[in-house]
Parts: sequence; C-alpha cells; structure tokens
Amino acid sequence: MGKIKTLADLRKMREKLKSETDLRDKSEHPEDMVQIKVAMATCCIASGSRETMNYIVDELEKRNVDAVVTQTGCMGYCYAEPTVEVTVPGKEPIVFGYVDEKKANEIIERYIKNGELVEGIIPMNYRSIEETK
Amino acid sequence: MSGYKIHLLVCGGTGCKASLSTAVVENLNHEIKTQGLDDFAQVVTTGCFGFCEKGPIVKIIPDNTFYVQVKPEDAREIVEEHIVKGRKVERLLYHDPDKETIVSDSKHMNFYKKQVRIALRNCGVIDPENIDEYIARDGYKALGKVLSEKTPEEAIKLIKDSGLRGRGGGGFSTGMKWELAAKNISDEKYVVCNADEGDPGAFMDRSILEGDPHTVVEAMAICGYSIGSNYGLVYIRAEYPLAIERLKTAIKQARDYGLLGNNILGTGFKFDIELRYGAGAFVCGEETALIHSMEGSRGEPTMKPPFPSDSGYLGKPTTVNNVETFANIPVIINKGAAWFSSIGSEKAKGTKVFALAGKINNVGLIEVPMGITLREVIFEIGGGIKNGKKFKAVQTGGPSGGCLTEKHLDTPIDYDNLIAAGSMMGSGGMVVMDEDDCMVDVAKFFLDFTVEESCGKCAPCRIGNKRLHEILEKITKGNGTPEDITRLINLGTVIKDTSLCGLGQSSPNPVLATINNFMDEYTAHIEDKKCPAGVCKALMKYEIVDENCVGCTACARACPVGAITGERKEIHHIDTSLCIKCGACIDRCKFNAVIIK
Ligand SMILES: Cc1cc2nc3c(=O)[nH]c(=O)nc-3n(C[C@H](O)[C@H](O)[C@H](O)COP(=O)(O)O)c2cc1C
Ligand code: FES
Repeated sequence: MGKIKTLADLRKMREKLKSETDLRDKSEHPEDMVQIKVAMATCCIASGSRETMNYIVDELEKRNVDAVVTQTGCMGYCYAEPTVEVTVPGKEPIVFGYVDEKKANEIIERYIKNGELVEGIIPMNYRSIEETK
Repeated sequence: MSGYKIHLLVCGGTGCKASLSTAVVENLNHEIKTQGLDDFAQVVTTGCFGFCEKGPIVKIIPDNTFYVQVKPEDAREIVEEHIVKGRKVERLLYHDPDKETIVSDSKHMNFYKKQVRIALRNCGVIDPENIDEYIARDGYKALGKVLSEKTPEEAIKLIKDSGLRGRGGGGFSTGMKWELAAKNISDEKYVVCNADEGDPGAFMDRSILEGDPHTVVEAMAICGYSIGSNYGLVYIRAEYPLAIERLKTAIKQARDYGLLGNNILGTGFKFDIELRYGAGAFVCGEETALIHSMEGSRGEPTMKPPFPSDSGYLGKPTTVNNVETFANIPVIINKGAAWFSSIGSEKAKGTKVFALAGKINNVGLIEVPMGITLREVIFEIGGGIKNGKKFKAVQTGGPSGGCLTEKHLDTPIDYDNLIAAGSMMGSGGMVVMDEDDCMVDVAKFFLDFTVEESCGKCAPCRIGNKRLHEILEKITKGNGTPEDITRLINLGTVIKDTSLCGLGQSSPNPVLATINNFMDEYTAHIEDKKCPAGVCKALMKYEIVDENCVGCTACARACPVGAITGERKEIHHIDTSLCIKCGACIDRCKFNAVIIK
C-alpha cells in the first residue's frame, strides 16, 4: 500500500474509489434517479437479460448517466424478453420489450438522455404478475 | 472499472455477530461463488444498522431490500432467489407489527423514516475494516481541507459556528473547548477521545467505533491540528474487544496511507494516535478521572478547575471529547457550519444518537435531529410499547438522569428542555418503562449502580448514596414512613450540592425525579404498604379466593415451604407468615383461585 503524499493524490484516489460505493448512496434516493428494472427470472435470463443488464450498467457509467439498475422478477411478458422497465423522475414507468444491446443503446441515448419516444413500448396499462397477485 | 452491480451488506456489529452474522457472510460468499456471480455481486461486512432487535441484518443494494433475522442456512435462498432471479425472499422481510404488512425495503420502515444520520452516516453502509470504502465516501477529505485551506483558528471558528455541543453528557460547546486548549502555549498538547461509555444499556460509541472507526481517527487529527497537538489518545474500555480491534486496524491503515504520522498529505503536520485501555469503571468516564487513569494513577476525579484544557494529561493542555462528538466533525467541515446548524432545534444543533432499550418494540440504535419529540422517538421510530402495554416513563441520561413521563411526550428533546424536565441528555441511553415497572424499584436500581460505582473519594457520594439506598430499601420492604420522603429529598439535594464530581452531583436524580413524577407510587408503598405494579416482593400478599378454590390440592403440593393447608375437596388457605412469594402456587392453579393482593 503506497502512501498518499498530497491532497491531490487523495482526491484522485477518492474519484477512483467512489464508483465502488456510489451505488449505496444512489439507492438511498431512488426517486430522484432514473430507475431501470431488468426482469431477471429464469425465462428472462435464458433470453439474455443478464447480458442486457451488464451492458446497460456499463454503458450508463461510460456515458455518465445517473441511474439505479435493479433486477426484478418476471414481468409477465415472456414473449417479449428481455424486458426492461424504465422510470424517469416525474414520468410514468415504461416497459420496453426485446431489449438487446442495440435496443438498450437506443433507450439510453434517446429516451433517457433526450426524452424522445422510443419504439417497442409495451402499453402502460399493464399489470405485472407480481402486482396482481 | 465497472464494479459490482449488487452489494449485499451484512451487519458485523456486536449484536448481529452474536447471532452468527459471520457465518451468514461465509455462506453468502460461498453461494455467490457457486453461482459464478463473483464479479457481479459483492458481500460487505458493515457496522451496526441500529436494528439490532431483529439481527442479523442483510441489506441488498441497490433495491434496499432489508432482510431480518437471517440465518446462515438462508444464504442459499437469498442468492438463488433474489440475486439470480430477482425475487425477494418474502419470509425474511420485515413485518410491520402495526399494519401487519410486509415491508420490502428500508425506505418504508418507520424505524428509518425520521432518522437523520450524521454520526452514524457510514454505519451499516461501509466495511469498517477497509479504509478505501471510507475514502470513497469523502473520508479524510475534511482533514485534507483543514490542513491545506484553513488556519487552526479558522477551523475552530467553523466548529464553533456550527453550534456543535459535546455528546458525552455535559453538552459544552466543542468549538469553545478547542479554543481554550488552542490558546494555551505548551511544548506538547493532547487530544483525548473518551470511549469509556459507562452508562448501563448505552452502546452508541461502541457502534460508531465498530462501524466507522476512521471517522474518529480523522476527527482527532483535525482536532490536533486545530489546538496544536501532535498526539492523540483513545481511552477505551477493555470489554469492547471488537471496537478495539477495528480501531487498531483503522489506525494502522491510516498510518500505511500516510494519513497519520509525519508530514501528513505533504503539509508538514504530524499526528499519531495510541490506545489506552480502561477497566470499565463508570467514574473513569469523567474526564479528570479518565486522565488520571491514563497516567497510571487511580481512576479518581479531581476538582475542576484546573480544567483539562489548561492542565490535563501529564499536566499538559488536553482536549477531551466524546466519540460521537468526534464523529460529527468531518461532516461539519465538509458541509459547513450553516448546514449543520440548520438541523436541530434553536439551542441544540445537529443530531443525537440514542440507544433505545427496555419495553419498546424496536430496541436498537437511532440517530435523530435534536428537537424531535419523545412521542416520535418512542411511538414512531421505536414502534411503541412491547405487547401493547401502557407507556409509563422513559429514563434518559442513564443513572445520572431522570425519568420523563406522559406529560413530557411532546417536549422537544434537547439539552435544556431535558434538564428543565428534571432529567438530562447524558450520553444517549433511553430506557423505556411500562405499567409493569415500579418506579421506586427503578430508582433503587439506578442507585444500586451508583453506589457500586462511586469511587469513594468524597463523603457525600460515598456515604450519602448508601443512605439514600437504605431508605429506598426500607420503603420497598414495606417499612417506610411519611418522613422518609422528606429525608430522601433533603439528603438527595445535599449530595447533589456537595459532591466532588459529576457522578455524585447527579446520582440522586433518579430518586428525585421519580418522587417528583410518581409521588402516588411512593405513597402507595409507604401508606398502603402496596406496590401498584406488583414488583416489590415484600409488599405482595398471596391469597386464595374461596369461590374459585375446588380443593384439588395442586397448590399445596407445589408450595416449597408448606405454607398452604387444606383438606381434599375443601377450601385451601395460605399462611402468609410462611409464604415466600415464589409464585409456584399461581403457576399450578388451574382455577384462578390464587391471587396477589
Ligand atoms: C460520572 C461520569 C461519567 C462519565 N462518563 C462518560 C462516558 O462514558 N463517555 C463520555 O464521553 N463522557 C463521559 N462523561 C463526561 C466527560 O466528563 C466529559 O464531559 C466528556 O467526555 C467531554 O466530551 P464532550 O464535550 O465531547 O461531550 C462522564 C462524566 C461523569 C461525571
Ligand atoms: S448489531 Fe446488527 S443491527 Fe445492530
């Protein structure tokens, strides 16, 4: 373990380390943040939701978008998997289907960053299996 | 670096460790490996979450799922269901006793809703044994800022302006205390952290040291720079092994990073910290006794003045501050005096950590803004009284404090209001009592403690408290006379006025406060020879209700002293002169024929 010799060193180190505990702070205020839920049941994982989730998390970080990514159970749209629900603060949650990397990219760039509508939206009057239980 | 996408925070506080949280961590790690999720999910052992009542606690980030009473064998289900499939394990979630609902995450728990965490900001969030996690959450930023941007005078002014007052009991302005030590010119000065924490039932300081030791290390260095000292000492009781171990680890890590030692952050400032162990005497928490104990002398207090800021450890200027006081310092420096003084009440700024204990649903550790009411603390955060019983009183300030009752429920909690109500803030213990507690007995309990802990140096405390205790003993035995009340009040007042140190000056408080608030209970003991709560054994009388007795002889056979007589199928009788009030007959009787009068 090397010594931290100057204040600038300490600052650099903090910036580097911050990403590791950032998640814990962000999760304290989920309502102010873009929330992305990736369905992650056996069926979803089989259709690639884990890859989608990893991609989304990495890309958000690269593009400096503040968002919390969580996983949920099956949303009930197994035909459209992987499914992802996105809640932008102040807006209704929207569910996207068939989210592969290309789609995820589109969601981040166009919907989250620019607020444009993106195709492939599952109508909002949905109720997930979990909620209707 | 992408980092982990899921963090599993497992409580490694003393409470949760005692209920096997270490094994929970091991099993979680094993399951995560088995599932091949090593790069995806990370298990972190943290400090106390405060919700010790329902430990071990496991919190899943980022969805804030709050699992309670997790057993090592639950690890598999958590990983397979929650981490892999994203389905919460319902049976481990917290059940709200009020609404009888399941609470899926910590955001929705009443226990956390009203809390504001400054001193406990990192407890239950970071791994206390990993300095990197502390640094990631702005750790040592305040030290860097003070060393490079502020003169000692400016640093002291900032602390003074924030309005921070000592959390160890006295409530003295921390900035002023530092200023006094800073003004003294001396070749050496000392910074002392008081981690003696002697109040029965209190564990705020222990939890801070266990959950976030670096905050104390950083704050002590800041204090050192401000008052012109290069040497810090932590006085900690030897019966806090986990806190000692974590503090040692923290000091070593800080040294390795060059955040303690010579030339810190290239500024030329030098500071280091050592530990001193106490044997756990209550009086050694008093600052002069503490200093004598560290010097190797008897842990006895001496008259003030001289105050430690003039002549303390080895006769040098010394600043003594409490653990929780220190834990506030880095945040105040980072966020500013105005931010801190915007929290709390008119006369007391910031927050206070309390240890909730006694007959309350959510036993644990909480941090709330000053000025919150007792009602909010007990009924909202604390979840109310156990088993739906009726609230009677709460003891604050430990053995030096007094009790607050129903009529104080809406009083904002701060130093001055508590004193006005006949109690005190103390270090933050809160013992809640319900209708089954006898207040005379409670007063006797706390006096037991002070009689035991009095160092015996001054007569009022050594002899006076003993006499107070004898009078209480007499009352609870049913031999009290009306004059005893006057005697308690007079003697208590004299002890308060004439004792040498804070121990004696406050020890009669529980007696005086209970007389003040529960005179009717004293009268019942003295005049009617009755204990309304049914606690004082000597005042209880066992009787058999003739109408209910069927003469089954069960009670007579159970009585260990042969106090019950009666033929088969005939009404039985208890000879009260033989009865030892063990209660065996009540337990045995199936007809509710035995009662206590
Ligand atoms: C009998 C007695 C016991 C005390 N015990 C403690 C203690 O356990 N911890 C503590 O911090 N202060 C304790 N104090 C208060 C200390 O004397 C001192 O005021 C305090 O450590 C100063 O720190 P602060 O200004 O940060 O509160 C005790 C005082 C008395 C009279
Ligand atoms: S020790 Fe785990 S919550 Fe307190």
